[in-house]
Amino acid sequence: MAKKNLDLMDSSPKVKHSRGENIFNVCNIIIMTMFMIACIYPFWYVICASFSKSTLLMGNQSAILLPLGFSTSAYERVFNTASIWRGYGNTIIYVGLGTFINIIMTLLAAYFLSRKDLPGKTFFTIFIMFTMYFSGGMIPGYLNIQELGLYDTRWALLLSGAVSTYNLIIMRTAMSGIDGALTESAQLDGAGHLTILFRILVPLCKATIAVLVLYYGVGHWNSWFNAMIYLEDKSKQPLQLVLRQILILADLSDTGVGADDVEQLSETIKYATIIVSTLPILALYPFLQKYFTKGVMVGAVKG
Amino acid sequence: MKKDKASAPAAAIDKKAFRARTWKQIKKNKMVYLMVLPVILYYVLFHYKPMYGIIIAFQNFSPRKGVFGSEWVGLQHFKDFFGGYYFLRLLGNTLKLSFATLLIGFPIPIILALLINELRSKKFSKAVQTITYMPHFVSMVVLCSMIRQFVGSNGFITHFFTTFGYDGSNMLSKGSLWIPIYVISNIWQGAGWGSIVYLAALTGIDSELYDAARVDGANRWKQTVHVTFPSILPTIIIMLIMRVGQIMGVGYEKTILLYNEGIYEVADIISTYVYRMGLISREFSFSTAVGLFNSVVNFILVILANQISKKTTETSLW
Repeated sequence: MAKKNLDLMDSSPKVKHSRGENIFNVCNIIIMTMFMIACIYPFWYVICASFSKSTLLMGNQSAILLPLGFSTSAYERVFNTASIWRGYGNTIIYVGLGTFINIIMTLLAAYFLSRKDLPGKTFFTIFIMFTMYFSGGMIPGYLNIQELGLYDTRWALLLSGAVSTYNLIIMRTAMSGIDGALTESAQLDGAGHLTILFRILVPLCKATIAVLVLYYGVGHWNSWFNAMIYLEDKSKQPLQLVLRQILILADLSDTGVGADDVEQLSETIKYATIIVSTLPILALYPFLQKYFTKGVMVGAVKG
Repeated sequence: MKKDKASAPAAAIDKKAFRARTWKQIKKNKMVYLMVLPVILYYVLFHYKPMYGIIIAFQNFSPRKGVFGSEWVGLQHFKDFFGGYYFLRLLGNTLKLSFATLLIGFPIPIILALLINELRSKKFSKAVQTITYMPHFVSMVVLCSMIRQFVGSNGFITHFFTTFGYDGSNMLSKGSLWIPIYVISNIWQGAGWGSIVYLAALTGIDSELYDAARVDGANRWKQTVHVTFPSILPTIIIMLIMRVGQIMGVGYEKTILLYNEGIYEVADIISTYVYRMGLISREFSFSTAVGLFNSVVNFILVILANQISKKTTETSLW
């Protein structure tokens, strides 16, 4: 135990530390540990609450460390709630197809921007950069979707954010960093622009593309506001909007909670819903993690 | 001056040749332009067309009559907004919420990165990073529902504060607690993730700088002040300018999910007002005018921040 503590404070025991530094090291570890607990406890609470017996949870207001009793009835209700699965299905469409559109569009534009001395590049850069700092705003955007005939269609969500200017700049920077001799020699061999882009540049920029898939994908997964204002048809609603109905508006009618047991299960159902809807992201988390630092590094470029 | 005059005819020829060359380049590479066409179309249809749509702010727009048939009212909607009861309240709330998130929320990721950087154990530092990044991936709807549960009248956070004399009612019904709840939950969700960019900047610092500082007798605190901090300052400034660009657009999604009529007095901000006026009350022209005010102020702020930073620190976005 003692050895472990020592190890926590210092991995290079050869270096001598002053008393002040040791105090700082200990305090730092304590602060970081507290911050970690603060980050993780809300998740733990939700997990415990979702497995608790609802009557016990209702009667208890304080923080808990373990489920109060044990019950999976909230999960049974959630798994039998059609709207949640419908939302899941829609979200998969939006994440899958939406991200695909995002990546293709971003690659096409980034290719143009990364090519040297093509006329119109400066104009195009200003043309896209301006939209980062000025927009028509919420209402003209909404009316635009109606005028384009996209209102209450899935395309409203798939197309309205088809390119993120910020991500486009990241992609351009990655492509500009690739040796121009490669593309030039390919061009001499008679390769067209599409071939150069998809056969040469895409494989070389895989890491950056992975990061953008992460950014765009998580963006689609989390998005709810556009769905709320652009979609009326419930059968097209993404998961987040179904969650809003259950969790924020506290409308549990879809979960089949009858009038007699509304009070009984409503709390645990909410927690179980949070778990069921957040689990995919948390399950992917370890695999996504290696891209985080890379992702922010590529994002830290100047526009 | 003299030189300019002498080269004027040459410039004309150059221009002609340049144009011819440009045209040749475009023809030769027309596939590239064909490839970028969908993207241009996207920006025109989804960004520039709505900008054109702003003109309804100067009309009494009705979707039935369209932009061309609607009656022009000049600056009437702006007058109504600036002279109205809500203007000062909305502006004040927007600025208060923005500056609170900026003042408290901005330095914390920097401090966190510096502290993580000082951790001597690699494993522990990795664990801190893994765990503190996690809340970033919780969706806004789920985050807000968790907040609502935890600070509601049955929530454990509410219960915790009753031991310090809090009356135990739903914390979201108390106007005075709105900004603390908003800011603290922002930190919970974003601090870890926000620290990554600074950690990346920290790993890029040349270790010789530290060696030199140590030779000069600098202790760890002095090293932080004189080596670490100046090294990540450009990153800090870029992040700050980008944050300033978000001041007027501060979290309407989160506000819409969390607020309630009882605390509009402190929680209602310009963007949530635009949403309610425009999409719920269907006052398209008036809400577009309010939104335009928001966009213009925002645009001016970004430019100002960029100029100030350019002059004082030579770091800028463009």
